[in-house]
Amino acid sequence: MAKTANSLAKRAGDMMNWLDDRLPVTSFWNAVMTGYQAPKNFNFWYYMGSLALLVLVMQIGTGIFLTMWYKPSAAEAFASVEFIMRDVEWGWLIRYMHTTGASFFFILIYLHMFRSLLYGSHKAPRELLWVFGMFIYLALMAEAFLGYILPWGQMSYWGAQVIINLFGAIPEIGEPLTIWIRGDYFISDATLNKFFALHVIAVPLAIMGLVMLHLVALRENGSNNPDGIEIKANKGPDGTPLDGIPFHPYYTVKDIFGVGMFLILFSFILFMWPEAGGMFLEHDNFVPANPLVTPEHIKPVWYFTPFYAILKAVPDKLMGVVMMGASVVILFFLPWLDRSPVKSIRYRGMWYKVLLASFTIAFVRLGMLGMAEGTPAQTWEMRLWTLVYFMFFVLLFFMSPGGKTKPEPDRVTH
Amino acid sequence: MKTLQRKTRVTALLGMVMLLLAVSFSASAAGGAHIEHSGANVNDTASLQRGAKWYVNYCLGCHSLDYMRYNRLAADLQLSEDEVMENLVFSDANFPETMNISMDAKQSEAWFGKTPPDLSLIGRSRGPDWIYAYLLGFYKDENGSWNNTVLANAAMPHVLWRLQGIQTPVFRQETTESGYTHDVIDHFELSTPGTQSAQEYEETARDLAAFLQYVGEPAVLQRKGLGVWVILFLVLFTLIAYLLKVEYWRDVH
Repeated sequence: MAKTANSLAKRAGDMMNWLDDRLPVTSFWNAVMTGYQAPKNFNFWYYMGSLALLVLVMQIGTGIFLTMWYKPSAAEAFASVEFIMRDVEWGWLIRYMHTTGASFFFILIYLHMFRSLLYGSHKAPRELLWVFGMFIYLALMAEAFLGYILPWGQMSYWGAQVIINLFGAIPEIGEPLTIWIRGDYFISDATLNKFFALHVIAVPLAIMGLVMLHLVALRENGSNNPDGIEIKANKGPDGTPLDGIPFHPYYTVKDIFGVGMFLILFSFILFMWPEAGGMFLEHDNFVPANPLVTPEHIKPVWYFTPFYAILKAVPDKLMGVVMMGASVVILFFLPWLDRSPVKSIRYRGMWYKVLLASFTIAFVRLGMLGMAEGTPAQTWEMRLWTLVYFMFFVLLFFMSPGGKTKPEPDRVTH
Repeated sequence: MKTLQRKTRVTALLGMVMLLLAVSFSASAAGGAHIEHSGANVNDTASLQRGAKWYVNYCLGCHSLDYMRYNRLAADLQLSEDEVMENLVFSDANFPETMNISMDAKQSEAWFGKTPPDLSLIGRSRGPDWIYAYLLGFYKDENGSWNNTVLANAAMPHVLWRLQGIQTPVFRQETTESGYTHDVIDHFELSTPGTQSAQEYEETARDLAAFLQYVGEPAVLQRKGLGVWVILFLVLFTLIAYLLKVEYWRDVH
């Protein structure tokens, strides 16, 4: 018995050597997994990245299966989705995984970005890491928007109508630009085909490339941590950081636990409440697209509503579009707007806690108001929170260099 | 101690965000006419069977269910092929076909002013409570024509009036803040009784609402049951993953 096991192990070792001579499998694994030292004090917020990667894989996997039955044609799209929901074996499960996954992708990404605001993960030397992340977020928004047109329901149609018309506000080139985007004078079969191509090939490819860059940039400097100090500043005699632990197996087993917790929540929504009360699957989208009937209340899906509220808050259409664009673009510059000498909220003064709390409330409130029907009182509230949203960045820029801080510890605290 | 404080803070922050989200859920759920809870139960097979019977007798003449197949209906409602073909199929449709109608769309538009819509997904776009309220909301207005409390000036006549009878509104006067007085419907009187009592008719409307909810999403009958098992498995998986994590992390201080 033992002899057989030994010879099997030897054979496996030989095969690995053969492989390593031709492809750097072991050295790559060592570099990015077992040899990569991660700070030992990661908390709840550090699950989001690996979970977002899981959801990306799931979206691609379920997406491939959906394209096997989905028909990107104005005449057949709606019926083909219902065919998937009713006649395809496990079709309903695959589609609900995809629709629930879309919303959860944004939940994870928003929490992931919020983590950065908490612990200053965007600050030097991780500015590019943040910028790549922002590009992923932009691509994700494009992907979600393009995908939302595919079921060809009323909200698919009219939501796309509203968003594409925004480009029409640009002087001179606006009108021709909208026609170019639609491929027609109105949203039609041509638009649907085009969006399908972008949704299943172009944008996913871009996202995967950007995710790779994001990960390469992450491994270059290593993760930040809740204390916002560099663990590489304190190395032991063997040259490894004293507060570091090998990513594998420590964080791989921890992330498996995170995956379990996440999937419980995910499955609960998927199986028990897939429409999430009209938040994940909007009621009006179960009515086939009809260019002649405008729905009573057109609104984007929840993950776009904070920005939609900023658009609605501004009375002038062009200015509204500019402000909405600015509300996303300004995030790219966060690493340079935040000039604080310390990274983590733990060692920043009260001023930052107040700023971040108001920014968070503004974002959530804008998201809620963006879904609402829009009474005059709500419009004024949207203006207030839009102001708070932008003031966060302005005040951060001016207050961060001199703002009160507490002394940072030399070693991570827990 | 410090750790504990920090954890409490993060929990408080999360709690606050959750609360705001919860408020937004309830805010988005409201709006529009007030719709009461119907009590329709999509898991009550007998109710779905009754709903199917009412539907094919009173609704399927005009409203198709283009995405619903008779054989799927039979399987989900625990009916045999013979039972379905004898009791629910009045056209020359075959068992595996969908529940469509032969009425010409152009003609029906001439008759009703609007082609009666396909109702395959009404259970999802409007929901069972709306359907229930709609079916209870028909009344004869002062001009002697049909109207509806949920969908004002609906093109559809009250096809179930023989069951419910005819409701006529009793008005009361209401004064708005600006001092303008107008009539609002206070309650209904049954001016012509129907073949069903009020309770029986409510039951009928509930059966139809449950049936249309099922038709909107046939997978609703499977997904919840399956979900329980999936979640139970995941709880076990997560427990083991947690123990594994604790074991590995024993030497991290």
